[in-house]
Amino acid sequence: MNLRWFHKLASPPYFYRLASTLGPWLGSLSIALIAAGTYGGLVLAPPDYLQGDGFRMIYVHVPSAYLGMMAYVVMATAAATGFIWRIKLAHAVAVSAAPLGASFTFLGLVTGAIWGKPMWGTFWQWSDARLVFFLMLFFLYMGYLALRGVTEDRDKADRLSAVLAVVGVINIPIIHYSVEWWTTLHQGPTITRLDGPSITMDMLVPLLIMIAGFSVFFVWLLFVRLRGEILVREKKSRWAQELVQRGRV
Amino acid sequence: MMEFLRMGGYGTYVWSAYGVTLVILVINIWWTYRFYRKSREALGEISENFSKRQPTIRKTS
Repeated sequence: MNLRWFHKLASPPYFYRLASTLGPWLGSLSIALIAAGTYGGLVLAPPDYLQGDGFRMIYVHVPSAYLGMMAYVVMATAAATGFIWRIKLAHAVAVSAAPLGASFTFLGLVTGAIWGKPMWGTFWQWSDARLVFFLMLFFLYMGYLALRGVTEDRDKADRLSAVLAVVGVINIPIIHYSVEWWTTLHQGPTITRLDGPSITMDMLVPLLIMIAGFSVFFVWLLFVRLRGEILVREKKSRWAQELVQRGRV
Repeated sequence: MMEFLRMGGYGTYVWSAYGVTLVILVINIWWTYRFYRKSREALGEISENFSKRQPTIRKTS
C-alpha cells in the first residue's frame, strides 16, 4: 500500500496549511447545516404522536450525544496512532479533540436532563445504564484533560493520556448497546436498527442534517485548535517562525 | 407565533434545550479561536526574541 499521502498529511506544515484553507469552508458549511436542521426540526417536522412538540429536543440532544461519542473515538484512535507509530501530529489531534468532545458530552447530558423532566418526570435516574455510562464518558474526558494538566513533560503527557484514552474507549460500545442490554428509562435505538429507522422521513431528514452539521462543526473547530496546538509544538521549527513573521508584516 | 413559542406546552423545555445548545456552540467557537490566537501570539513573541538575539541571521536571510 502506498502511504505517501499519509506521510504528507502527517507533516505539520502541510497539515497546517491544509487546515487553514479548509477552515472558512467548514465553518460556513456547518453553520448552514445547523441552521437548516434547526428550521427543519422546529418548523417543518410534524409533532410526535406521543410527545407532541416536546420531541423536537431530539434535534439538539441526539447530535450532541453522538458527537460526544464520536469525538472520543477520534481522540482514542489518534492517541493510539501517536503511541504506536510515534507520530507527533496524531497526539496533537487527540489533545485537540478532547475539550470539544467534553463540551458535546456535557451538552448531551444537559439536553437529556431537560428532555427527561417532562417525559420521564425526572432530570436524572441513577439506575438507567445509558445515563450513567454517558456520565462516565464525561468523567473520562475530564480525567484525560486533568492527567495532561498535571504532567509537565509533553511527551510523557502524550503517552500517559494515550493509555487512558485507549482503555476508556471500551465505554463507547457499552453506551451504544446499554439501551438494549438493560432496558430502563432511556428509549432504544431509532436510526441504527436492523429493520431500518423507526422514524418518519420528515422527522428523520432534519435529524440527519443536524448530525451532519454538528460533525462538520466538530471538524472545523478541531482543525482550528489543531493549528494552535501545532504552533505550540513546533515553536522552535523554522517554518512556524517564518509563518508568524510573514503574518505580522 | 405564540402557538409556535408555546411548543404545545413544552416551550420551557424545548427553548431551554435549544438555548443551552446555542450557548455551548458559541462558547466552543470563542474558546477555540482564543486558543489559536494565543498560540500564535506566543510564537510571535518567541520569534521576536529570536530575531533580536541573532540579528545577523535575519540580515543575511
